[in-house]
Amino acid sequence: MAERVGIYVCHCGSNIAGMVDVEEVAKWAGVAIPDVVVARDYKFMCSSLGQQMIEEDIKKEKLTRVVVAACSPHLHEKTFRRACQNAGLNPFLCQMTNLREHCSWVSTDRLAATAKAKALVYAAAERVKRQQPLEPMPVKVNPTTLVVGGGIAGIQATLELADAGYKVYLVERSPSIGGHMAQFDKTFPTLDCSACILTPKMSEVGQHENVTLLTYSELEEVSGSVGNFQVKIRKKARHVDYDKCTGCGICIEKCPRKVIDHEFEAGLGYRKAIYTPFPQAVPRIPVIDTESCIWFTRGKCQACSKLCPTQAIDYDQQDETIEIEVGNIIVSTGWNLFDCTKLPQYGYGRLANVYTNMEFERLCNAAGPTNGKILMRDGKTEPDSVAIIHCVGSRDSRHNEGCSAVCCMAALKFGHLVLEKTKAKVYSFYIDMRPNQKAYEEFYQRLLEEGMIFVRGKVAEVTDAARQPSEEGKLIVQAEDTLLGKQQRYPVDMVILMGAMEPQADAKELGLKCGISCSMAGWYTERHPKLDPVATMTDGLFVAGVCQGPKDIPASVAQGAAAAARVMGMITKGTVMIEPIVASIDEEECSGCRICNNLCPFNAIEYDEEKGVSRVVTALCKGCGTCVAACPAGAITGAHFNNQQIMAEIRGALWDAAPEAKEEPAAV
Amino acid sequence: MKLAYYPGCSLEVNSAAYDVSTRAVADVLGITLQELDDWNCCGATEYFSQDELTACAVIARNLALVEKDLDQLVAPCAACYLNLAKTDKLMVDHEELGKQVNQCLAAGGLQYTPGRVRVRNLLDVIYTDVGEEEIKKKIKKPLTGLRVAPYYGCQVVRPICETDNPEYPMQMDHLFQWLGAEVVDYPVKAHCCGGHMTQISEPQAFEMIRRLLQSAVHYEADMILCMCPMCQLNLDAYQGRVNSHFKTEFKMPIIFFTQLMGIALGIEPDKLDFGKELVDARPVLAAKLGAAETVSV
Amino acid sequence: MSDTVFEPKILGFLCNWCSYRAADLAGIARIKYPANIRIIRVMCSGRVDPTFVLSAFAQGADGVMVAGCHPGECHYVDQNYKAMRRYAMLKQMLAQMGLEDNRLRLVWASAAEGQQLAEAIEKLVADVRELGPLNWPKSWEENGHRLEAIQNIAREHAEAMEVPQ
Repeated sequence: MAERVGIYVCHCGSNIAGMVDVEEVAKWAGVAIPDVVVARDYKFMCSSLGQQMIEEDIKKEKLTRVVVAACSPHLHEKTFRRACQNAGLNPFLCQMTNLREHCSWVSTDRLAATAKAKALVYAAAERVKRQQPLEPMPVKVNPTTLVVGGGIAGIQATLELADAGYKVYLVERSPSIGGHMAQFDKTFPTLDCSACILTPKMSEVGQHENVTLLTYSELEEVSGSVGNFQVKIRKKARHVDYDKCTGCGICIEKCPRKVIDHEFEAGLGYRKAIYTPFPQAVPRIPVIDTESCIWFTRGKCQACSKLCPTQAIDYDQQDETIEIEVGNIIVSTGWNLFDCTKLPQYGYGRLANVYTNMEFERLCNAAGPTNGKILMRDGKTEPDSVAIIHCVGSRDSRHNEGCSAVCCMAALKFGHLVLEKTKAKVYSFYIDMRPNQKAYEEFYQRLLEEGMIFVRGKVAEVTDAARQPSEEGKLIVQAEDTLLGKQQRYPVDMVILMGAMEPQADAKELGLKCGISCSMAGWYTERHPKLDPVATMTDGLFVAGVCQGPKDIPASVAQGAAAAARVMGMITKGTVMIEPIVASIDEEECSGCRICNNLCPFNAIEYDEEKGVSRVVTALCKGCGTCVAACPAGAITGAHFNNQQIMAEIRGALWDAAPEAKEEPAAV
Repeated sequence: MKLAYYPGCSLEVNSAAYDVSTRAVADVLGITLQELDDWNCCGATEYFSQDELTACAVIARNLALVEKDLDQLVAPCAACYLNLAKTDKLMVDHEELGKQVNQCLAAGGLQYTPGRVRVRNLLDVIYTDVGEEEIKKKIKKPLTGLRVAPYYGCQVVRPICETDNPEYPMQMDHLFQWLGAEVVDYPVKAHCCGGHMTQISEPQAFEMIRRLLQSAVHYEADMILCMCPMCQLNLDAYQGRVNSHFKTEFKMPIIFFTQLMGIALGIEPDKLDFGKELVDARPVLAAKLGAAETVSV
Repeated sequence: MSDTVFEPKILGFLCNWCSYRAADLAGIARIKYPANIRIIRVMCSGRVDPTFVLSAFAQGADGVMVAGCHPGECHYVDQNYKAMRRYAMLKQMLAQMGLEDNRLRLVWASAAEGQQLAEAIEKLVADVRELGPLNWPKSWEENGHRLEAIQNIAREHAEAMEVPQ
């Protein structure tokens, strides 16, 4: 019996209709493609009215197959499958073809785009006729969750889940959780003390009965899939016994080796060779930096070991890899500061009193290297004037095209702190001021009133080459004041560069391990930029915080909580349905050659010695289809991507090509 | 390595030292420079502001003269380099202009396919193509103890130029570090020398020159190294006028980087045309490199 | 499409995880490329049976692109390496059949490389446009004895794969 196919061509407002003659495509499909019973176009197929139309057609016209020609299946396949299911049609008998991302948005010629759209619809129609009903496979969800990255977003996600009664593993690569927020003094625009709001949350994580904290640890490997991930985590050797150490801190106090702290103190302060990054660190268990430790480098000292009251120092400790099982993973790995030496014209690294934003955070932090006094590099002098340069490495096509989102407000905060703590004049050199969240504009107004001087212009250079006596010994900021239309020189004592937020150097690598892709800028890609901001294309994997894109603390916290809520939804439901796109072997056809056995990277194909045939272990199969393509006997079928379906799709996509050779492919 | 060579007008007369030392250094480094036959002036900076098509045609004639078996043209003069590179880029980017230029060239029986010749600046050729390893092998007399201020000028740091960093170039800095000199990282190394401002407003020009000299002095440089004849002329020839205008006492030798590089490569100083500069570089070289016989005064 | 310029028909087999998403990204970023390519989604470049490519050429495609994740970045560990091996074999085979090298191309495009994929498509279209129409196996009739050999290959594959006749 011939199938009854319904074709639904979406306008997507003008997104598709602007470049593709959708009415023509629908009209043509109804006539030209065999077995098509209905062909319609509609403004927004994904709207409830659009879905309703499909559902009604399935019932009324007794459709057995549906083609939706709209956007990427990665966006709306589920929507239309659900619509089909509602109308009693197996969801796998619905096929989407991508007229928006793959046709209208990338084309410039309306005629060519329309022709292409027709071919895509034809291909989908030919394919869908050969699709088979499939049933999703239910899988139990492990209620334990892994959170990767212990900054504020990860902390929030962890606490939401743990407070709801679920077990959480929190993995953090540095010795303490807290992230960048722990380095800040004040937070904008309320100016509440960062440590005062963060450290209680940190200790809550540290003490929570549902949280297993794995600091100084790295994610090694992720396998499995939604509901049941197996994760390998490498706990780096701390050289301090986690169970014996009480965190008394005597070892740190007595350690004779002092080194510059490039991480927490941004190079402005010192730490010992055995250290916790900062006094309120969670956990309070120190680590030994083996590259600086005198015992590790010269084989002498052992002061820490001798003085430890609980014999917790263990020089022989090795890295340890543990394996855990979780149902969902939240990635909240944060960001890195732009390397300001890449803009040598601003003199960072060459001119002593040019600071980065993270350095300045430490400089004005009461617990920082100067006890919160804003002093120049000599450690004595207060600046008389400070210039803050915005957009260093951001909004710059040579480095990061995007806006870092937080620097305008951070610059205002810095301005306020300088004005409050010193008598200095403060200049802000901005491209555009973007104080665009709640109470941010008000904070900007406040700084205008406090006397911060705003110069709209991109700084050309920061130099110590004086032209006038008044410039001697100063840093001169050369910039065009675009509101005055004039090149100006501003002699100042201190310059703060608002360096851009960049993705972590190994963001891509970690993304690959987990199955999250990165945008062109390197941030993790969410499932939908508006409507699904914390899920990713891989089920069971969520993102939160800056690793998904620059954002401030409130937004990071909101995302952390949102990701936790999504995970809780999965846990509460208890099972997830997995797509049945797996391979199967027809034992009658299988010759037992075992070519497929070695091809499968998941060891999902086993060999039955007795029968002399190979067999797919469905639970392990991920559905890549490599074995299907390789089987010389054609005995393997890849569900939903079988040969007949793809061959039909090829035939359909080429319906208008070389008509004289247009019979069936092997009709000889 | 063989490149077509375009000396340009300046190197014929007032910057002859640049031409002489370039050829000498190229010889040691194994770069064959094949001078264009019957080359013409690049039109300097003025022609482009008068008439773009004519300016391009005048310059493109030189590109058309590059022998068919060569695909790179090196111009030591920074202004010539920029003009040649810019013309090629304009012809590549603007098809219509390319056609018009070729119509002009056709009148003289020439033709140029935009993009055929890669225009190079001499510093980049030495830095990138010859490279650290080869150069270090050829050092005969390290420049130990000499403090030099590399001066790039403003022509080779335009967006279309092949420079390491148009905002803050470092190639010459690295080059002279390889050669053993102490390189001063002074902040004005890519600032403008004033160009032809001396002909328009002397006080303005003098101020621009003073800033450069002042910064080099501030960083205790022994000499400034140039890669552009205009820069060398302004800083050297006007130094006396600057001194009398500002009551300063600058006595800063200004030479071409190829001249000093030649010393390091062991080339006889008289083959490097020393002594044509107005502020004599030889006493400083003799004093700092501690060998009077190396650089005879 | 203009009458004078030959508009080739290109088929693209793009893997679900990287290249198909790269094509999605090209769309989202409104990067333009010629409308000549028609994209077929497969789960992995390793799924691309050489017969698919032969079949595409036989049915009028003038060029074929196979695109997957970068080596070492395959969603299925290393199946794109298998695609790479098949591609080498296919190239050899197509060359024996007299097919120009530029008609088939293997491309690596990660999900972030919309721009690169668009450029690769543009390049393939331009190269195939230069080669002109393939019209295969029609053009083989001039070469009678080889035509038979080719048809046999197609028949054997079809039988093995139970393509509906």
